[in-house]
Amino acid sequence: MADITVTVNGKAMRRSVPDHTLLSEFLRETLRLTGTHVGCDTSQCGACVVHVDGRAVKSCTTLAASVDGAAVTTIEGIASGSDLHPMQAAFNDHHGLQCGFCTPGMIMSGIDMVNRYKAEGRALTPDAIRHELEGNICRCTGYHNIVKAIEDAAGRMTSMATAAE
Amino acid sequence: MSEGIGARVKRKEDKRFITGKGKYTDDIRMENQAYAAFVRSPHAHARVNGIDASDAEGMEGVIAVLTGAELKADGIGNLICGWAISSKDGSPMNMGPWSALATDRVRYVGDAVAVVIAESPTLARRAAEKVAVDYEELPAVAHADKALAKGAPQVHDNAPGNLIYDWGIGEEAATDAALAASAHVTEMHITNNRLSPNPMEPRSAVATFDESEDHYTLYTTSQNPHVARLVLSAFYNVAPEHKLRVIAPDVGGGFGSKIYIYPEEITCLWASMKTKRSVKWTADRSEAFMTDAHGRDHITTAKMGFDKDGRITGFKVDTIANFGAYMSLFSSAVPTYLYATLLSGQYNIANIYANVRAVYTNTVPVDAYRGAGRPEACYLIERMMETAARELGLDAAELRRRNFITQFPHQTPVIMAYDVGDFGGNLDKAQKAANVAGFPARKAEAARRGKLRGLGYSCYIEACGIAPSAAVGSLGAGVGLWESAEVRVNPVGTIEILTGSHSHGQGHETTFAQIVADRFGVPINNVSIVHGDTDKVQMGMGTYGSRSGAVGMSAIVKAMDKVEAKIRKIAAHQLEASEDDIVIEGGEVKVAGTDKKMAWHEVGLAAYTAHNLPAGMEPGLKEGAFYDPVNFTFPAGCYIAEVEVDPDTGVTKIVQFTAADDFGTIINPNIVEGQVHGGVAQGIGQAMLESVVYTDDGQLLTGSYMDYAMPRADDVPFYTIEHNTTVCPNNPLGIKGCGEAGAIGAPPAVINAITDAIGSNDLSMPATPARVWAAISAARPRVAAE
Amino acid sequence: MYDVHYHRPATLDDALNLLAGADDGKILSGGQTLLPTMKQHLAAPTDLVDVRRIPGMRGIKVEGGHLVIGAATTHAEVAGSAEVRQDIPSLASLASGIGDPAVRHMGTIGGSIANHDPAADYPSAVLALNGIVVTNRRQIAADDFFTGLFSTALEEGEIITAVRFAPPKRGAYAKFPNPASRYAMVGVYVADTASGVRVAVTGAGENGVFRHGALEAALGRSFTPAAVEGVATPAAGLLSDIHGDAAYRAHLVGVMAKRAVAAALG
Repeated sequence: MADITVTVNGKAMRRSVPDHTLLSEFLRETLRLTGTHVGCDTSQCGACVVHVDGRAVKSCTTLAASVDGAAVTTIEGIASGSDLHPMQAAFNDHHGLQCGFCTPGMIMSGIDMVNRYKAEGRALTPDAIRHELEGNICRCTGYHNIVKAIEDAAGRMTSMATAAE
Repeated sequence: MSEGIGARVKRKEDKRFITGKGKYTDDIRMENQAYAAFVRSPHAHARVNGIDASDAEGMEGVIAVLTGAELKADGIGNLICGWAISSKDGSPMNMGPWSALATDRVRYVGDAVAVVIAESPTLARRAAEKVAVDYEELPAVAHADKALAKGAPQVHDNAPGNLIYDWGIGEEAATDAALAASAHVTEMHITNNRLSPNPMEPRSAVATFDESEDHYTLYTTSQNPHVARLVLSAFYNVAPEHKLRVIAPDVGGGFGSKIYIYPEEITCLWASMKTKRSVKWTADRSEAFMTDAHGRDHITTAKMGFDKDGRITGFKVDTIANFGAYMSLFSSAVPTYLYATLLSGQYNIANIYANVRAVYTNTVPVDAYRGAGRPEACYLIERMMETAARELGLDAAELRRRNFITQFPHQTPVIMAYDVGDFGGNLDKAQKAANVAGFPARKAEAARRGKLRGLGYSCYIEACGIAPSAAVGSLGAGVGLWESAEVRVNPVGTIEILTGSHSHGQGHETTFAQIVADRFGVPINNVSIVHGDTDKVQMGMGTYGSRSGAVGMSAIVKAMDKVEAKIRKIAAHQLEASEDDIVIEGGEVKVAGTDKKMAWHEVGLAAYTAHNLPAGMEPGLKEGAFYDPVNFTFPAGCYIAEVEVDPDTGVTKIVQFTAADDFGTIINPNIVEGQVHGGVAQGIGQAMLESVVYTDDGQLLTGSYMDYAMPRADDVPFYTIEHNTTVCPNNPLGIKGCGEAGAIGAPPAVINAITDAIGSNDLSMPATPARVWAAISAARPRVAAE
Repeated sequence: MYDVHYHRPATLDDALNLLAGADDGKILSGGQTLLPTMKQHLAAPTDLVDVRRIPGMRGIKVEGGHLVIGAATTHAEVAGSAEVRQDIPSLASLASGIGDPAVRHMGTIGGSIANHDPAADYPSAVLALNGIVVTNRRQIAADDFFTGLFSTALEEGEIITAVRFAPPKRGAYAKFPNPASRYAMVGVYVADTASGVRVAVTGAGENGVFRHGALEAALGRSFTPAAVEGVATPAAGLLSDIHGDAAYRAHLVGVMAKRAVAAALG
């Protein structure tokens, strides 16, 4: 068993789990945060994407034991109270989801790419968004509205950051 | 009315999904829950000589190992196909036995022979590996054409030559004569590639047996929980219907694959009774590839004749359909009544004959996948039309125009009676939006960059709104294909709609509320949709075949008619007016031409307080309806794909995709366009990326996303969407349906575009870079020699 | 997944001791290949020794004109490193195209080359750039490191600690991704180095990454895309699968090489 201390969605906690526990299992089964989904076995679909210390990772390909000491953010942890994160709001505004199963991973990957591009001062064009989504598969939307949503959210996240400065 | 019919309303259901609060089957955890793992055959075909579960049973945390023999002994019935098709000679189809857990023989890689129930999924899976099965391998066959060859391995004893049925439709002699008299005949051999539906949520089931009540509850990933309950009760003898509740909570996509009731659900229910535990099973993706019903997999030879003016004289089709190892629930209907009946396409064809042979192979069962039969028909017709145009030296659009059906209603020679459409208008709109006139300049510009640019059309038609019950009954269906609804107006005026349709991504909670808002003038937030639970909702038929709009919403309209009639009576009584003068608008019930009115909620309250109702009227405001369609609906459209091929690598990029669809009335354009986007992406997937590949001896080579190419964001373009609406005359809202169009229409447009680009017509789906490059290479010497 | 003991040692010595004491110990770095393999029960080590937080294993520095990349440095870190972008932009570019963003946040250079997956990108960089694989015991020249499919010169108890690269005069990597997995179906790294032009091909070879002698000779004479034309790549020894046969891969080697040279010339 591995004793791990993690901060999940801002809440510090200690848990003891078998060493082979994946981060996705830890979130879904131990913490019952079922917004993180598992859609494949080979790290390709991205439904399981969460942030570890601010970076997108595939929680189905990460051992829970290895995130000891880290801060984990899941889809349940990005809204501020009842205020949706701009990425969440943009997915609703642009009809960027249908069945909703890939959506948490899409949103977490979307936030990650916007943050990285912003930090590097690069423009997040629609082509760049499509390239960045290589590790997130959606079967419903044909991606059209997902790309639109991320593009829109990127603008909102930038203006939010500007407003906060 | 900003929230009514035609409004681009944002989806009500999104909030739970974007905040991670959706409730899918695998998110459910019952008290005292155990986990199932299946012992699956690694062989495509083998005799099972024995099962030794002692090692597994001895493991700590293993509750039980159950086999097919026990399942049979408990009276659990075989899985069935619910649509009876007879061969041309009148003989019934040859349905081989399919036990939820195989007993004596396994027939495909993944066929389950036993199930382990354990305290954790990890333990169950480890224990399943310890179950020793004594297999005696048998020769196997995986491909449809080989299954019919002399001496091919026999998949089922009662299907000699692996033939399930040999079925025909249309007039063969007349078609032969028409072809013989034709000025030109185009002949093609076409393979429609086998696909795996791949909803992102893998299948899952949680079964609970309540011994004290002798009652079962099943949470499952289903597009049609009532049908699941019916089949589980009536055919598989799991429990009588009133002792079985089936709940499909949020369902993460289906595309047909979650219509069927699979061995896993049956086994979990039975195992929960055997072990007195809740039993959960969730597929991993590898299991999904091995067990979810596949789609398509046709091999076809076809001839289309033309007169000297380019008018079609006859169309003759010979198709072999691969059904896999067992006949899945609706498998038999797919290559017959969902395929051959659409072979007239958008064209006036006097003579059509189709012969369809369905065969068993040692592969995963094949059934309806988004479009189901109609994509196969559309691909065939539209590849034929494009090829014929090239052979005849005619413009591909012009050849189509010459043959379009322009008078409605139109009776085709293959059952369908098209009610309404505007095929020329669809083509006009698509051509304009795609700027076809500017294509030669774009092609020349691409050539300067070393790229081959091509343009391809597809004019599709489909039959949706399935289906008139008596009609499908006469054709062999085991069920009626109506839909049900109940409209409950609460005493405070809020409304609940109980529907037999069930959303697995289609946004019913929004669109269904919109038609209520449109009718009664209440905000959509005062309308909630109840679906997916057999205990809450009256019997219904579920969501597939683009039927939730045309059939499901029609049932709601019918129930609203009844509610409105009662409201008129109550309001007329209370406002002392004639029923005919009552109007419902803007959230009020008024007497026309006066200032007399009741607020919407006052009517509900009046109905339930029942203090002052018309004499003899029952209290309450709740009505139910069953809607049985009078005809299929016929969505149709024109798709244009424009591609650029890199001749050095064979890589194809779709640079423009234009869809002009006629879906009849549109309730929410956002949702309808989203359906087109997703359908087109799946169509592009079939055309360029996706293929389930088996070796000749039945080993599955595409068992994960490492080998099965799913469309990703950079594989597809932004889509240009146009609507050209003709209202369906056969249902109250005028809806035709939109869920499958993209998957039906897109593949031929893409292949027609690629073959146009590369100047070679010898290309099959999926047009992978390797295949496109090979086609270019093969065509090159010929071009050089010319 | 089977039971496994997870360890996160603080020092290299501790890591070595843990590996020595395990029945079947495996080094865990990014885990982006190992964990999926374990999930599918295709690997079942008794112990996982996580080397990511051992001091010195992670990070990028410039030493004597060489780039020294710690074995546990992630693809994202290499892709984003100012030093790598400055000295070997083609290496940063290669790293930015491995897997997807989430994989790049976890996967590491040491893990990639130690595994020597025939479709991995990094082995081509190490071989083409004539890199040096630094372990706890020795320095291994790239030409000696990759010994075959999923096999390397690493011995029992040997851990990669860093990879050293001398910046080439110019270089580039061109990848043709597998349509399904997006791994390299053919990847060609062309580098004009102090010891001549080196061309390494990944994704295509039955035995993993390999150097392309004919291309090296031709590009040595003339480092131009045109020089690639006319250089045949034999299909023998190349992989064939449902996504492309050996002949197609052989053809793609030429196309990717040409594109890499063009990119190297900027």
